[in-house]
Amino acid sequence: MRLLTHNMLSCNIKGVSNGFPLRLEAEKWVEKEVELNADFLRGIFPKIEWKALAGAARAIGYDQLPDEADASMLDSDDFLRRFHHALLELHVEEGALVCPETGRRFPINKGIPNMLLHEDEV
Amino acid sequence: MDYSIDIGSSSFSTKCKLSSRTVSSKSLHKTAQIRLLSRHPEVYEPCDDSFALVDALLADRANLLQHKPRLCMEVGCGSGYVITSLALMLGEENSGVHYFATDINPHAVDVTRATLEAHGVHAEIITTDIASGLHKRLAGMVDVVVVNPPYVPTPEEEVGCEGITASWAGGENGRKVIDRILPVVDELLSGKGWLYMVTLTANNPSQICRLMREKGYASRIIVQRSTEEESLHVIKFWHEDIAEMEGARAVASGPESWLSQFPLKSFWRGGTGSIG
Repeated sequence: MRLLTHNMLSCNIKGVSNGFPLRLEAEKWVEKEVELNADFLRGIFPKIEWKALAGAARAIGYDQLPDEADASMLDSDDFLRRFHHALLELHVEEGALVCPETGRRFPINKGIPNMLLHEDEV
Repeated sequence: MDYSIDIGSSSFSTKCKLSSRTVSSKSLHKTAQIRLLSRHPEVYEPCDDSFALVDALLADRANLLQHKPRLCMEVGCGSGYVITSLALMLGEENSGVHYFATDINPHAVDVTRATLEAHGVHAEIITTDIASGLHKRLAGMVDVVVVNPPYVPTPEEEVGCEGITASWAGGENGRKVIDRILPVVDELLSGKGWLYMVTLTANNPSQICRLMREKGYASRIIVQRSTEEESLHVIKFWHEDIAEMEGARAVASGPESWLSQFPLKSFWRGGTGSIG
């Protein structure tokens, strides 16, 4: 699971209003090199919740993202490289995503988060 | 042409009659290879409906490339055959395209992961019901959605069963899950977003198109496959106010008309059509 996906996931339990961002508890993660595409990064940037990305990156030991970011930073190659690395090159293999409101844990196994709900949560 | 397809000529079976088939060599270049697919007894293996969907994507590949999608998603990825083929067709990170794949069946997501890996492509996979957990944040962001839904008419109680049953059990008229998927897809699709979906005659696709039209979507049949018993359509939907210029050009026969593209009216059999 890339941090891009973490940034797009929220708790889906019925009645939960503050289900984003899910707290990332990573036990195992890997880095996989991916070609940088600046157009993609510039296009997706406005859709990214920056604090959630920076927080998730820190949770797996990558602290090279600024706490805040705005679109003007996209002109910097250095910023793009860091953004790219955090968003697409870090893969969480094992761990969990935890709902900030209910504490419900959604497991991540073999890089795949499981968002399936129990019957009483739907 | 490597991407030429046969429409309506191949004999096929549907989700009821699972069969294996080897893919003709002409389509190997840009689609997933059967020999590289991962398998599991509780996961739907690619069948003629899967091939029809991939053939539809191949037939529309030039448009898809021009469309420059940023995010693509498959709902119900099963074996991974379709999402892997889409990734092979459109390219990956270097092209700026990223893929998501979901399935409610935990065995299916494992099989999809293995199939993607065997082809050296990547999609972000999530075990979930349709796009639950993703649809809020991804709303309006997905440029291409592909769905081969559980469309087989079955007793209602089979819908949502675990394992492979979830890949085909569609309830009354095979519409139970389709009718849950469509509003979610409507939410996910970007303004320029396209949906490719497989339907069976028994699903009443013309009525599906009318429903989508009420939500502002135009539609067009990309691939149709028929036997004496049944007929599959792969239908493409797009926001009507966005001119599908390249798509319109590809249709040789006059003005776009969603209904006139369907076969003769007698073709539609209301209620539960007979299936294999």
